[in-house]
Amino acid sequence: MEANGGDSSEIVRELEELKLRKTEIEDRISTLEAKLHDTTAVERCDAVSNGYSYPTVPALEHGLSPDQIYRYSRQLLLPSFAIEGQSNLLKSSVLVIGAGGLGSPALLYLAACGVGRLGIIDHDVVELNNMHRQIIHTEAFIGHPKVKSAAAACRSINSTIKIDEYVEALRTSNALEILSQYDIIVDATDNPPSRYMISDCCVLLGKPLVSGAALGMDGQLTVYNHNGGPCYRCLFPTPPPTTACQRCSDSGVLGVVPGVIGCLQALETIKLASMVGEPLSERMLLFDALSARIRIVKIRGRSSLCTVCGDNSSFNKQKFKDFDYEDFTQFPLVAGPLNLIPAESRISSKEFKEILQKKERHVLLDVRPSHHYKIVSLPDSLNIPLANLEARLNELTSALKEKEDDHINTVSCTNPGLYVVCRRGNDSQSAVQYLRDLGFSSAKDIIGGLEAWAADVNPNFPTY
Amino acid sequence: MQLTLEFGGGLELLCDSEKIHKVNVDLPNGADDFTMKHLLSWVRTNLIKERPEMFMKGDTVRPGVLVLVNDCDWELSGQLDTTIEEKDVIVFISTLHGG
Repeated sequence: MEANGGDSSEIVRELEELKLRKTEIEDRISTLEAKLHDTTAVERCDAVSNGYSYPTVPALEHGLSPDQIYRYSRQLLLPSFAIEGQSNLLKSSVLVIGAGGLGSPALLYLAACGVGRLGIIDHDVVELNNMHRQIIHTEAFIGHPKVKSAAAACRSINSTIKIDEYVEALRTSNALEILSQYDIIVDATDNPPSRYMISDCCVLLGKPLVSGAALGMDGQLTVYNHNGGPCYRCLFPTPPPTTACQRCSDSGVLGVVPGVIGCLQALETIKLASMVGEPLSERMLLFDALSARIRIVKIRGRSSLCTVCGDNSSFNKQKFKDFDYEDFTQFPLVAGPLNLIPAESRISSKEFKEILQKKERHVLLDVRPSHHYKIVSLPDSLNIPLANLEARLNELTSALKEKEDDHINTVSCTNPGLYVVCRRGNDSQSAVQYLRDLGFSSAKDIIGGLEAWAADVNPNFPTY
Repeated sequence: MQLTLEFGGGLELLCDSEKIHKVNVDLPNGADDFTMKHLLSWVRTNLIKERPEMFMKGDTVRPGVLVLVNDCDWELSGQLDTTIEEKDVIVFISTLHGG
């Protein structure tokens, strides 16, 4: 076993190294291809064949090269888009914030359609559980920055546009400087503080904001701060309670749902950049995937009382830089573990493993929702979701009673232990707090939940 | 008065996971018009089955909930004072942040 373990870690290491080199080589290839492309285009113009010099094509008024005409021909053929639309698009610059579920399709289409300059910002790395929806990334990039992966994918589709990479988090300290370089901003982030920060920054810089969101089976889309329309704060002056702000990593999302919204974000961006059509300003698109319904509703215009874009707003760049968006929304950008209960009410996953090995009598209560429990669970555990704990306490009482009765035939005379587990160790603490208040004095939570079990005890235990 | 009420963006979880509710409401005693204020109180009593604080705060909807009367933001029709009429469609939608 030892030797096998050594072999596999060696293989993993070499794989990582090869993948990284592959990425670098692919990057270099697309750069060189783009360079070659430009050079041959120039040489073609100067080519002399049989003593006959081909006339150089005179510079066209719209500024498109012969290759650009060919590449974008299907868009040029659209009477409502045409050469003017394409020419505007090629002169435009777009910043996509977030290379995740929304950003993936948005970036692919924006690169393909010929936005002249495309910025990508994200601080995250590609993970296996992103792949079902973040379709711009490939398995080879797992563990690498999303921006590197997304930029490589965009370059492989269109090596003729300029792509800027920002492998960093967007903060009040860098937002003004970065956003100011682009004509249009695409909000493809996944949390309330970023959404308020981006909208405020767009108001200060006078940039239109194409905002999309998706969760579960629902999606939403609108264009803010465009042509006298509302900003995010006009619509949502007060942040929602944190309990109403679900993350995809907690509530789930069907991959194609952000895909649909991300595609629509690309569409709205293309319309703004090419100055074609009617942008989705002062209107909002609501997408209900489960019942196959799309509804477009009229929303309020700019509010003269808005604290950021209103008539008497005193909001400025300095105030923006000093503003604490995490505090304003009460939503931490990095979700850390909670510490709700004292250390003596908790045990580590390794300690729980010892309890199992010693065959100490206990009840293991799993407080995750039942659809989580069906994915994977520890053997001999009792599933009562936290939300139903109050109503189903009798099940817990009888499980404990059963263990006590077992004890009649054994020598030990201690009461059975009660251990509570969840996915990451937050809900289990709430459950222990609640149970102890009711008199279940032996209740203890397993620190870090099943994720800690997988990390510290059994690496083969699935995580999600 | 017959109305269609819809809940979305996760608010449907507060009313038995049903998104669409066809309901009959009566004009409260002494009132001349049925307004959104009446409707919110009716919804809270009759449809919201759990965590009412996820739907309302004070006498209005909680921050982050958009209210649409016949596909139009209720800000444009007078919010709580909006008069509701027979066959109106009222949508309550929670704003999403995920991506």
